[in-house]
Amino acid sequence: MNMLRENNWVLSVGTFLPMLGVVVLMLMPKAQDRAIKLIALVTSIATLAVGVYTAVIFDYGQAGKMQFVAETNWISVIKSSYFIGLDGISLPLYLLSMVITLLVVIYSLDHVPSPGKPKAFFSLLLVLQTGMAGTFIAQDLILFFVFFELVLLPMFFMIGVWGGEQRQYASIKFFLYTMFGSALMLVAFLALFVKTGAESFSIPYLIEHGGSIAKNVQIWIFAGMFVGFAVKVPMFPFHTWLPDAHTQAPTQGSVILAAILLKLGTYGFVRIALPILPVAAREWAPYIGGLAVIGIIYGALGCLAQTDMKRLIAFSSVAHMGFVMLGISTLTSFGINAAIFGMVAHGLITGMLFFIAGSVKERYHTLEISKLGGMLTQVPRLGWIFGFCTMASLGLPGLAGFWGEFPAILSAYNPAAGLNVTVFRVYMVIAALGTVLAAGYLLWLYQRIAFGTPKNNSHTGDGHHEKLQDVNTYELLAWTPLLIGILVLGIMPNLLFSVIDPAVQATLVVFGG
Amino acid sequence: MQHLNILVAQWVAPTIDYHGLAPELVVAGGLCLVLILDLFIDERKKWLLSVISSFTLLAAMIPVVTLALSDTSVRSMIGDRYVVDSFSLVMKGVFLLSGYVVVLLSSSHLEEGEYWRGEYWFLLLSSLLGMLMMTSSRDLVSIFVALELLSIPAYMLAAWRKRDPKSNEAGVKYFMLGVFASAVMLYGMSLLYGVTNSTLLVDIASQITATGGFSSVHALAVVFVIVGFAFKVSAVPFHTWAPDTYEGAPTPVTAFLSVASKAAGFVALVVLIYSAFPLVQSIWQPFIWVLSALTMTVGNVLALRQHNIVRMIAYSSISQGGFVLMPLAVAGMPGAGSSALRAVVLYMIIYAATNLGVFAVILAVSRKTRSGEVTSFGGLFSYAPTLGVLMTIFLASLAGIPPLGGWIAKFAAFQALLQSQSTWGYVLGVVGAVNSVIAFGYYGNVMREIWMRPVPDGDTTPIRTPGSLGLALGITTVATLTFGIFPGIALHFADLAEIAGAVIR
Repeated sequence: MNMLRENNWVLSVGTFLPMLGVVVLMLMPKAQDRAIKLIALVTSIATLAVGVYTAVIFDYGQAGKMQFVAETNWISVIKSSYFIGLDGISLPLYLLSMVITLLVVIYSLDHVPSPGKPKAFFSLLLVLQTGMAGTFIAQDLILFFVFFELVLLPMFFMIGVWGGEQRQYASIKFFLYTMFGSALMLVAFLALFVKTGAESFSIPYLIEHGGSIAKNVQIWIFAGMFVGFAVKVPMFPFHTWLPDAHTQAPTQGSVILAAILLKLGTYGFVRIALPILPVAAREWAPYIGGLAVIGIIYGALGCLAQTDMKRLIAFSSVAHMGFVMLGISTLTSFGINAAIFGMVAHGLITGMLFFIAGSVKERYHTLEISKLGGMLTQVPRLGWIFGFCTMASLGLPGLAGFWGEFPAILSAYNPAAGLNVTVFRVYMVIAALGTVLAAGYLLWLYQRIAFGTPKNNSHTGDGHHEKLQDVNTYELLAWTPLLIGILVLGIMPNLLFSVIDPAVQATLVVFGG
Repeated sequence: MQHLNILVAQWVAPTIDYHGLAPELVVAGGLCLVLILDLFIDERKKWLLSVISSFTLLAAMIPVVTLALSDTSVRSMIGDRYVVDSFSLVMKGVFLLSGYVVVLLSSSHLEEGEYWRGEYWFLLLSSLLGMLMMTSSRDLVSIFVALELLSIPAYMLAAWRKRDPKSNEAGVKYFMLGVFASAVMLYGMSLLYGVTNSTLLVDIASQITATGGFSSVHALAVVFVIVGFAFKVSAVPFHTWAPDTYEGAPTPVTAFLSVASKAAGFVALVVLIYSAFPLVQSIWQPFIWVLSALTMTVGNVLALRQHNIVRMIAYSSISQGGFVLMPLAVAGMPGAGSSALRAVVLYMIIYAATNLGVFAVILAVSRKTRSGEVTSFGGLFSYAPTLGVLMTIFLASLAGIPPLGGWIAKFAAFQALLQSQSTWGYVLGVVGAVNSVIAFGYYGNVMREIWMRPVPDGDTTPIRTPGSLGLALGITTVATLTFGIFPGIALHFADLAEIAGAVIR
């Protein structure tokens, strides 16, 4: 794989700039509330600016190649290096992480969740950003692992300190689950290293040599990686941490979790597991596809049973990530293109839905669906935005969600050579049923929350309505870019597909075209 | 008598390489100075002794550095029985620096309690001297002498709070089991001498299978010697002394025992395995495999149930010991030897930095709370954010979360296991991976107290940390972070460490 090395400072700067912000924040006195927020805001704006600059100078003609590649010694004794690069698969996700962090910071200017402590809160947000961006650019397995793990502790604290009633339970559960996955993943990485001659942890090197590992060994190594990534996605049956974590996390935590963190898992499949272990991937694909469609149906049924709005959105994530995994499991460029599009779309849409859930909670002091109602008459703007996002989430053509789901289903019609066509067509039918269920639970949710008359006991319990504030400036600032993104990608999906596709083609070379 | 006279006449004084012995000599001089000064100086000036002790340890670092830089890479004395090689130099550095941090931890603790200070420093330095000697000993006799020199002062240190029954219990338990372990080991050593006719490790290595194959006596000898050190490193099922001793001993002593004393046990184990037993790996590999798997699992599971922070750290350190043993379980396999040695040394370096940091925070916090309960850390972040963040860093490092020191230590251990490319290695790797997750259960619990729970008694007066404790915290934090973000630094030292004359590669 040949690589472009010009301007290779941009990735390091973009990734580690937030850490500079953290250092500055650490030195600030705790009481300087405004200054702390300002520093966080400036840091995330600067980070996004670097990100946008990266996107501008990115050579779209060669999106299939690694660009801005930098490689220096890091841990030479174990043959791991600081090796980073960006291609068409990484770019959208890398940029998305920066956008989401900035929007979350903007939203938090007005909404630092209880118990306050803005200094710690913004520091953790910025550490998270470094971890997320780093994961998407790492081209060395050990570096990838370090970034992948870097997000764990900040998220643990974010849920545990700023979360809801059951926050301590949810945070420990989240942590133990993900750590279990990543411990096995690390063992798998090491096995891979040893089995390819203990030469290098660099992903391009391993892609070149991984294919020659014996089949049964590949299958075991893939199993280790599978657990690591599947927990993060999360795939059925490793998903049980997700509803708890999402429900208990503060709005900001939920947004980041849904928009970026879940993508680390699917990205890992596309970037690492599939191209390095193509033989094992073929063996595993039907099972991954099977778990994916179980996830779609199970997530949808789970949604229908929920009484809590946030928990419902969390379960819908399980279903949506099922579509992404189904696309990946077909091992075709069509499917993986759809998967990556689905990742970005899900990031925008579900991130938005969690923002809305946070605002609903703030206004109504509850997320119990049975206690909500009449949102359109009380807070019409919030109601309409919520409607827009539900439509996007159920995959309405013309909005971003459609381009993630529909091609993923379609790709299962014709999986890669060597995969059992009948099995995948069955998956296709089941997944299509899943979209019907999705429309069902989302419309039902919207109907119950937005239509009808406001429930009297909605927030004060004493029978008279207090005038609820509609969407405020901070919310509008934080949400508009996401809403525009959902619309633009829905109308012009090619904006994204044209970037992703060359990289996906390059990745799939190992499968013989 | 006549026989003895002849022997005396034949005796030639061995040539001593004074440069090679300089670190030991400096510490020996320092401890004499402390002992003598203690007799003459006034009670109010006893703080001088801690200063002298810390300067002694730092001064001993100078010859370690000059030896490392000198052209002679291996200096061997007394017929190869005492060897200064890169392994011993690296470990001497670890012992001296962790000893220095322990002095920092002890000084304010000692000044505030009613302790017998002069003797304390004397014993601490004696024990460290034993550790320095252990790193260079390549003979059963000198290993035994070094072991006793490091252990006997430690027994007394554990019982240092004379009026406290718990401390007495700690000392007595440690002493009884320690002596028992010494006896078992000595028996093993005598058997080894019997079958190989030598006490020199390299001779043992070549003689042990010279007769072709090995008998049950060989197996007994090897296993007994390893059992002796398994007590020292508190490997399950020889760990029973550790929690009681750690809990009862004064906290700085516990820090010393759980870091330096444990590392000394591993040093001896490593030297024996690499220099004396390479050819009988079929005896010790399965044995260490079982020890390792048991140690990490049992240590972890019991740690989950603890409510006392020091007791919890005691079990955690037992379980960490299992991780150090992990690479040794495959050390005899082709291709795994050098990476196993590297992993063990690396683990000891990083574990020393991190665990001493944990104890520094415990000491700082207990100065205010006067409690050993895990719940006494409740709400620490809200009134002492720096200590809260530091404790989080140390615990996360122990749990092996990147980018903090502990992860690279665990990583190197896993790497050595997989390098062996054996089924046993893979299985142990998975056991280790699962255990590193379980471990977060109790480390996370403390973090939860620090960040998410209310202050137990509502007392939120800030904690005043004395300067020496602050310095200790600074050193350990910098080490933990640097080793995690630039693992190359620690790995470099670990990679340098080679045991001269070791057969395993």
